[in-house]
Amino acid sequence: MANVLTGRAWVLGEHIDTDVIIPAKYLITFDPHRLAPYCFEGLDPSLASKIQPGDIIVAGHNFGCGSSREHAPIAIKALGVSCVIARSFGQIFYRNAFNRGLPLLESDYPAGSIRTGSRLRVDLDGGRVENEATGEVFEAMPIPAFMQELLASGGLIPYVLQQMARN
Amino acid sequence: MGMTLTEKILAGRADRDRVRPMETLSVRVDQTYADDLGGPITFQILEEHGVRRIFDPDRFFVSAMVNAPSKSIEVANTIGKMREFCERMGVERFYEGGNAGIHNCLAVEEGLVLPGELLAGGNSHACTGGGVGAFATGMGSTDIAAILITGRTWLRVPETIRYIYKGELPRWVTGKDLILFTIGKFGVDGAQGKAMEFAGEAIARLPMEERFALPNMAVEAGAANGIIEPDEKTLEYVRPRARRPFTPVYGDPDADYAALHELDVSGLEPVVAMPHLPSNTKFLSEVGGVAVDQVYIGSCTNGWMTDMRAAAEILKGRKVAKRVRLIVIPSTTQIYRQCLREGIAEIILDAGGIFSPPTCGPCIGAHMGVLADGMRSVSTSNRNFVGRQGSAKAEIYLVNPSVAAATAVLGRLGSPDEL
Repeated sequence: MANVLTGRAWVLGEHIDTDVIIPAKYLITFDPHRLAPYCFEGLDPSLASKIQPGDIIVAGHNFGCGSSREHAPIAIKALGVSCVIARSFGQIFYRNAFNRGLPLLESDYPAGSIRTGSRLRVDLDGGRVENEATGEVFEAMPIPAFMQELLASGGLIPYVLQQMARN
Repeated sequence: MGMTLTEKILAGRADRDRVRPMETLSVRVDQTYADDLGGPITFQILEEHGVRRIFDPDRFFVSAMVNAPSKSIEVANTIGKMREFCERMGVERFYEGGNAGIHNCLAVEEGLVLPGELLAGGNSHACTGGGVGAFATGMGSTDIAAILITGRTWLRVPETIRYIYKGELPRWVTGKDLILFTIGKFGVDGAQGKAMEFAGEAIARLPMEERFALPNMAVEAGAANGIIEPDEKTLEYVRPRARRPFTPVYGDPDADYAALHELDVSGLEPVVAMPHLPSNTKFLSEVGGVAVDQVYIGSCTNGWMTDMRAAAEILKGRKVAKRVRLIVIPSTTQIYRQCLREGIAEIILDAGGIFSPPTCGPCIGAHMGVLADGMRSVSTSNRNFVGRQGSAKAEIYLVNPSVAAATAVLGRLGSPDEL
């Protein structure tokens, strides 16, 4: 995984919940390619078709609140989204995303400073988000050490199996 | 400085004398479970990694509950694979068909989550288990797979917020109203990443089953877990069900809380969560006569025996309003049977309602009452997000079972006092 990502922003709102990210009617499958077209359907059914690989989701508080369905990060990742930046995350979603290798950054970016279409440069290790057009730089919480270990191991299961082999 | 109930349970499961909030711990898991949404992902992960044995088949159970009984060939195939997986791994507790139930309720009812224990279930409403004084939290499929491999998980010790409910609850005000009121006051991220500890005389007076609504919806305030200290009522409920010995755990008197909130509930009215967030609350009298198309009484929040009786008390000898589809769904087979014994099923059918075997169905827009465009649902479940029960163009209002039953008769949101 590249530690510096660049991509186009999609600015979404507050409390984007897992039912909006992927409604339960699609959960009869967990095939990423079948889920992706319906991602964010509850917000805007055409959004999934507009999001391009490498794009970055930017949201408000509590992104991913609600269900434990891992289909939510699976669908977001399947769209090619490289990371999600939000003011805060629902905590089950937070775990699921890292377990699936989708990085998340918590940042208290100023309202209005990032717009849909803004090109962002995101330094995951340093916890920095830069709006390339305006040159503004926003601090983000560095990804916790444990989450970095998970990402480096390739996710939770390889991490757990490596730990068991070591012990 | 002492530890809160949540901290003490986590310290015990980490084999430590003490822990502090924000520490990341590896903890032993006493019980876990999976359903037909998350379970298939968990099992695929285990198969991909060649895992042939799970840590303890007795500490794991599986319930086909969301799209079950199978609503399609694809679902039937998935559930078939889940059953095969359980047989291969020696998992005896596979709930489907004649013993089906919503796993968050089964865990409590079957004595599989116990005071002082640590439950990590594959469903966000696994936090329901906090109602017996356990640390109970929901997780996704990969976390459950890791637990099945190691018997352990990692947790960040949450800070605890203590909510103290004082006073006596007025008629028609229930545990469900207490949690809706609390989420309305503090917001859907009011306890983000925290433990919500529910206490006070109003909680002590609640029947066990009504208590469960509070930790059940703790996740709707962003909490890691909700918990109620076990009292004599808890132990009376748990003792005959417990599948293994247990030791209740209590918080220290000098424990350090992140916040204490005292709430006087004497003047409370039934609460309605308006579309589209559980925090968007109003008192019932402030809502006005919102006409409804569907009333759903059930889910892991309010499909308990207490809830079935409350609904039946209102519906007895009355008829559901013409345009309303009333669906009543007990959360487990034991509750379903009890409804048959007590004549509750008949009361609901006589009123013109639908009485269904246990399933999550309508709560999650899976089957059995999916909402069409423009439909308005009054529901005793826990979430009213956009598209939760079907169409993204539908509306969901969350209430307690008595208000839901009265609404079904009135054809609009209203109080049992109006009947």
